[in-house]
Amino acid sequence: MAAVLFFIAGIGAVAGAIGVISARNPFYSVLALVAHLISLAALFLLLRAEFVAAAQVIVYAGAVMVLYVFVVSYVGLRDEPWHTMGAPGGAALRGGAALFGGALAVELMIALLGTGLRAVDSRGAGYVPGFGSPGQIGDLLLTKFLFAFELASFLLLIAAVGAVVLARRRGEGEPEGAPEATSVIEALRLGSMAEAVGAPASTAATRLAELNEPDQGEGRGGGW
Amino acid sequence: MNIGWYLAVSALVFCIGAAGVLTRRNPVVILLCLELMLNAGNLALIGFARMWGNSQGQVFAMIVMVVAACEVTIGLGLIVAIYRRRLPIDVDELRELQG
Repeated sequence: MAAVLFFIAGIGAVAGAIGVISARNPFYSVLALVAHLISLAALFLLLRAEFVAAAQVIVYAGAVMVLYVFVVSYVGLRDEPWHTMGAPGGAALRGGAALFGGALAVELMIALLGTGLRAVDSRGAGYVPGFGSPGQIGDLLLTKFLFAFELASFLLLIAAVGAVVLARRRGEGEPEGAPEATSVIEALRLGSMAEAVGAPASTAATRLAELNEPDQGEGRGGGW
Repeated sequence: MNIGWYLAVSALVFCIGAAGVLTRRNPVVILLCLELMLNAGNLALIGFARMWGNSQGQVFAMIVMVVAACEVTIGLGLIVAIYRRRLPIDVDELRELQG
């Protein structure tokens, strides 16, 4: 029974992965990834990782994929042409990538099958009754891996702030043409070479006056 | 099923993801392929956790999921920023940082 489930889920996972990289429309790629993630959750269940499987379905296949779908619809990506226009040797690059992937697969298989670990060929060690339950995961997260847990929460906070900074509309919430907070530092040339060699103070004053001109706000920061 | 089978699936998915990162030119699809690779790593971690009968590998997988969520947030934010600036959403066109 477990073998049948494994092959169904495993073939689903690999087929989903192939669908992700071969679908021309990014929307279909996202849907293929959802199928892949759900198959993977079934594999996690077979490995007695109940909590991770549930988190995979709810957080990954649910929330993260909704975010992907939202961005794909917002940006309105169109089909990618198979023949890569304007890129000479696009087909050669694709063949090279496939070759690289195949070589990597062969190498990993050799590493896995030729490993000295006997346990790889077993069904796994015995486990305590609560193996993979939310209680045990939470216990580990809040005792042994407390530092990693806190670090992960900080990482999420930084990512959220970074996403807001990246995706905000330029100049929203502040008067048109007003200098940004960093432009004062830029105007005074703090931390620059000009400051180090003692550039005349007049240049800093004129640059600050330049930045306060209303029509200067548009041209700045065009490239990133 | 033996743990080796799970590791084989994990290796296959990882290679498919790596080939996709190299092949595709759309940043959204490249992010999806990164997800594939991270998930292959997750499957290997959980397989090893089962192999040892120890839940610690599952905690690792949870942390990897958090990191993947952060990567998605920043990556999609970048794509939205590219779109807002009317730049082409194509990694071949976006090569200002190329040396």
